[in-house]
Amino acid sequence: MKFIDEFRDPGLARGVVDSIRTIWGDRPPMRLMEVCGTHTVSIARAGIRSLLEGAVTMVSGPGCPVCVTPDGYIDAAIGLGKRPGTVIATFGDMLRVPGRISSLEKERGKGLDVRILYSPLDAVEIAAGNPEKEVVFLGVGFETTAPSIAGAILSAAERKIINFSVLSSVRTIPLAMEVLASDPEVRIEGFLCPAHVSTIIGSDAYLPLTRKFSIPCVVAGFEPLDILYGIYLLLRQKKRGVAEVENEYARVATPSGNRKALDVIAKVFRECDIGWRGIGVLPRTGLAIGEAYASFDAQRKFGVEIPFTEEKTVCRCGDVLKGKITPRECPLFGMACTPEEPYGPCMVSSEGTCAAYHKYGVQ
Amino acid sequence: MPGQRILLSHGEGGKKSRDLIRKIIAKRFENPILSPLFDSGLLGRLDGEIAFTTDGYVVTPAIFPGGDIGRLAVCGTLNDLSVCGARPVAISCALILEEGFPVETLETILDSMKTAAAEGDVVVACGDTKVVEKGSADGIFITTSGVGIACGGWRPAPENVRPGDRIILTGTMGDHQAAVLIARNRLELAAEILSDVAPLSSMLLDVLSAFGGSVRFMRDPTRGGVGVSLNEMAESSRARIVLDESRLPVAEAVRGVCEILGFDPIYLANEGKALLIVDGKSADPIIETLRKARYGRNAAVIGKVTEGPPGVLMKTVIGGLRAVDYPVGDQLPRIC
Repeated sequence: MKFIDEFRDPGLARGVVDSIRTIWGDRPPMRLMEVCGTHTVSIARAGIRSLLEGAVTMVSGPGCPVCVTPDGYIDAAIGLGKRPGTVIATFGDMLRVPGRISSLEKERGKGLDVRILYSPLDAVEIAAGNPEKEVVFLGVGFETTAPSIAGAILSAAERKIINFSVLSSVRTIPLAMEVLASDPEVRIEGFLCPAHVSTIIGSDAYLPLTRKFSIPCVVAGFEPLDILYGIYLLLRQKKRGVAEVENEYARVATPSGNRKALDVIAKVFRECDIGWRGIGVLPRTGLAIGEAYASFDAQRKFGVEIPFTEEKTVCRCGDVLKGKITPRECPLFGMACTPEEPYGPCMVSSEGTCAAYHKYGVQ
Repeated sequence: MPGQRILLSHGEGGKKSRDLIRKIIAKRFENPILSPLFDSGLLGRLDGEIAFTTDGYVVTPAIFPGGDIGRLAVCGTLNDLSVCGARPVAISCALILEEGFPVETLETILDSMKTAAAEGDVVVACGDTKVVEKGSADGIFITTSGVGIACGGWRPAPENVRPGDRIILTGTMGDHQAAVLIARNRLELAAEILSDVAPLSSMLLDVLSAFGGSVRFMRDPTRGGVGVSLNEMAESSRARIVLDESRLPVAEAVRGVCEILGFDPIYLANEGKALLIVDGKSADPIIETLRKARYGRNAAVIGKVTEGPPGVLMKTVIGGLRAVDYPVGDQLPRIC
């Protein structure tokens, strides 16, 4: 397929792997974090870990929006859905995430009206077509999803659709990466920065990371060759003793990002502190709906609180999300926690680290 | 009968029922076993080992690009017989119709059942028709059962699978489910994707009569696709299967849809494909035979059986190795 096969070319891949081996020699493996869940899945699907064994240790970061959504949010969504005449509209990944007592999937079985959508705009259409219903969209995602959620709110405002609202759980990535960078237990030596998020925020967003923490950052696309070449660039920086932002994904992501998308985000949202499941409350990493669009904020509209509590369980999703351990080091992995019966969120989402290890890991 | 719709009275056993069954349904399938309309179809003496199978069909939409629920209901059952090495003899046809279903659509569906049955060289030997109230079914549900006779005494032998055997797929993966997904979500894409729904009996029986002893085991990768069927095959034969990603046949348009929607074609349903595990030495001539058949033109060796613990692995395009596991639930639309 044009423009995809080029990034999966076996000959080129072999070349990059050889270059990685040559440049790195027999140094101890460099500890790299792929921040984004799509990278995690792509690495697992392409079998990249097996190709680079010994040269790099890849740890997976918190970049799956489903995985870092606190259970209190799921409870709040279920609570809202139980109000008479309410439609819960959501992306499919959220369906099976366990809250404290139940999941949207289980509640749907009991009659909750939960609809799976591809776009937040579809939720606005449902609201327009069903004026007697209250449609609540579960706004979960990162900078990639934020513009389309903001766009849906702007569209609803313009069309004066008053029975649409968003329960926002949108998060931003760079400051969360700084928290990980400053955690001595995580010991990151290089960041493989997300592709799609970077198309919105721009590669310059990672400059503070390189300056404050001297950690090399490379923005890379999601295809196997993108990832291999991104890793090569990180190793090269480390070998040269520099920490810069390099952009392997320049075919889409620019240094300053997508101005239009950033404007829409700024127009609708405001920065807030937000809880990350398994990690804790991270200051200024959330996007709440701003004053001007308060009537579309489900939290304010229905007086809903999203409680955040640090769970104390044997589930080690928190440590997985921070890259402190690999999924196999969690005592529940593959035993009490499987994709069929997930215990923690990292096993639920298709982009969750534990799910990717479980699905693609070679026994 | 344009404009006419199925009414509850079509299922109540009176004149309307009789007319529907005789003039619309049985008329199309006319054959000496069905036509007396006894309470059973009398198949007579069957010589050989008998295979028997059944399947229910509930696809939405009932008519999709490349086929419809009628063709699906016939081919699905024929293929279940064929992959067990059985030459289809007769099938049944049980219809559950929702009140209000257009008679014209029913006729279209019955016509494709007739065509598929003729192509698969099988008779519809018995049937049943029920009508349920509006809202109790989704337009039309069809159940078909099938009886067949083992071809030359061949039977599936997962216990004979051994390292060095090859895995053959008779064509591209995922066409059926991709076609239905597009029709269901009304996605407008430039390239048309047609369901692969087709009867495989003559192609597979030809392979068995020429290479019977070399074919260990066959499955038709319907629900759950090639990924699930191969895992089941690995399990029942206690074999380690290693696929070669670069050899997996996928139509360009299907790949495109999968890239857009985030699906893996290896888990998408097929309705006109078979997976074969064959003796390594016979793989090439079998491929040659398959490729001569109408529904086997894209047949390919997609992997092999190796030493090691049972399971399905894939050598990726870029040379990595990873597992191909059972999927959990449906593949769901993803967030980013």
